[in-house]
Amino acid sequence: MSIIDLKTVSKVYQMGDVEVRALREVSFAVEARDFVAVMGASGSGKSTLMNIIGCLDRPTSGTYHLDGQEVSRLDRRELAHVRNRTLGFVFQSFNLLSRTSALENVELPLVYAGTASRERHRRASAALGRVGLGQRMGHHPNQMSGGQQQRVAIARALVTEPRLILADEPTGNLDSQTSIEIMALFQELGGAGITVLLVTHEPDIAAYASRVVVMRDGVVMTDTRQTPRRASDDLKSGAALEEKHP
Amino acid sequence: MNPFETLRVALRALLRNKMRSFLTVLGIIIGVGAVIAMVAIGEGAKARVEESFASMGSNLLIVMPGSTNASGARGGFGSMPTLTWDDLQAIRREVSSVRYAAAQLRTNAQLMSEDQNWSTSVTGTSPEYFLIRNWKVASGRQLLDSDIETSAKVVLLGQTVVDKLFGASADAVGQIVRIKNIPFEVVGVLEKKGQSAMGQDYDDGAFVPQSTFQSKIQGGLQKFLSGTIFIGATSTDATARAQEQIESLLRDRHRIGPGMDDDFSVRNLTEMANAQQEGTRTLTTLLASIAAVSLLVGGIGIMNIMLVSVTERTREIGLRMAVGATPFNILLQFLVEALTLATAGGIAGVLIGVFSAGQLASRFGWPMLIRPDIVVISVGFSALVGVVFGLYPAQKASRLDPIDALRYE
Repeated sequence: MSIIDLKTVSKVYQMGDVEVRALREVSFAVEARDFVAVMGASGSGKSTLMNIIGCLDRPTSGTYHLDGQEVSRLDRRELAHVRNRTLGFVFQSFNLLSRTSALENVELPLVYAGTASRERHRRASAALGRVGLGQRMGHHPNQMSGGQQQRVAIARALVTEPRLILADEPTGNLDSQTSIEIMALFQELGGAGITVLLVTHEPDIAAYASRVVVMRDGVVMTDTRQTPRRASDDLKSGAALEEKHP
Repeated sequence: MNPFETLRVALRALLRNKMRSFLTVLGIIIGVGAVIAMVAIGEGAKARVEESFASMGSNLLIVMPGSTNASGARGGFGSMPTLTWDDLQAIRREVSSVRYAAAQLRTNAQLMSEDQNWSTSVTGTSPEYFLIRNWKVASGRQLLDSDIETSAKVVLLGQTVVDKLFGASADAVGQIVRIKNIPFEVVGVLEKKGQSAMGQDYDDGAFVPQSTFQSKIQGGLQKFLSGTIFIGATSTDATARAQEQIESLLRDRHRIGPGMDDDFSVRNLTEMANAQQEGTRTLTTLLASIAAVSLLVGGIGIMNIMLVSVTERTREIGLRMAVGATPFNILLQFLVEALTLATAGGIAGVLIGVFSAGQLASRFGWPMLIRPDIVVISVGFSALVGVVFGLYPAQKASRLDPIDALRYE
């Protein structure tokens, strides 16, 4: 069964008098454990697609089944519960709470899940261990490098053991070496049974995914399956990515 | 998310901006502090009024002689003696709600000891007078009925008079003072009573038997009582009834028909005390409501800062929503923050109010009374202010769109 299943999903925004059709009857499915990269220029509709998949927004028409559950007509409170239980988010700008330790940042989703304090600590430390930050649980975001902050954010996405992680330009603020490390982490998660959906505009980053979807003008232009580059190999060989596009 | 967790998050957010949080609640602190201090001082003033009326006498009524009315020029109360000794006896005998009645004949005279002199009021009266006024002797004895029967030349002195004539720590009992050059033996010294609400010194006076007063100090018609009658009613509730009964008795005795003016007047001191207390209470209420307005202003300050805080933390709100906070979680978080601020301000205000009331009270020599109900009400009211003024910002936060909030710069 597909973890993500969109059927003829449209999204129309009203901007003053102008109707903006951000998505035009997009049908799109993702199988569990897949690692999908969504690409496209700005205005292509990829952000809207991600927002709908991430249950942050609702489609104007069409249906969306997430992990078998129809979620396109849920209200804000129910969507919050779905996000909390099923999804993990990773953002370009990390979005960590400042002046708050890594451990507490990772605990945040569990706080809203109503997990008891002791259990939260245990699971958050485990998640930080999994992203290689077991030694830095007490550090605050401003005491960590960008790569470390993004690892904390990934640990926060992982801590609820979600079925799906949505990453919106997760390497956009990182140097190429760190980017490969983060991609290696995502590839590991795929191996552990978590589906990863990644938005990027960098082909070098998309190369680590096993499926690349290109959006344009609110529709899916191309949808290709590929053999992913192995980030762990790149790290071993010390090969850095080409100079990034400005 | 349990309430304890919400409170922890709120405290953390407030402590992150300690100075700002402090300035925000300053309005509440001052408001509550002012309410507490004002009410404490007002209650103190009330207690003081009560105290001064109590030393004037309990359940006290005063019967004053009437006015002359010579060809239309009315002389005012006391200008003509209209009360008789028989009236006094009749009041004692016939009015059921009167416990004690005593004449007060008063004049000013110069008192002389061996080497000092002092002008003061000299009162001629009977033993009941001291029961009505609730005055006790500090040393020596009271006036006795036998002193009146024999027109004994004995005197009771107030503490101030003793100080002036014999020196501060002297024992005056047994000494001789001369009043109008007639020697009187000091048989007792009254307890110190302090000042009345109007600043009159109760301790500045001398008291002699009424018969002695009439024959030696101030002559006059033997039939008339050239002074006032002090009445002690049987209870506080009985004062109004006693007043009515005395009025109808005296109208009867003086043959005053319906529609004619009384030639006497009865003053009810209990009612005067009540009126004065009412005045104090009104003043307290007024002061407290001015202070309550500043509480309201404090609430607006909280709303202002909460709105700033919501805008500042838009991204944080977006993130919390993305990881699973429901709109209600967000609402509650900001509401609890406002509530915590206001309640902390309320408690700090109580402490400051109690402290400043104590300072003021000791400076002005007033008693200070902290009413627990006012403390509870003002802390409760500031919590309410927090909720009311925190609601709008909290609602604003909870209605943010997570997508916009996450992108907010």
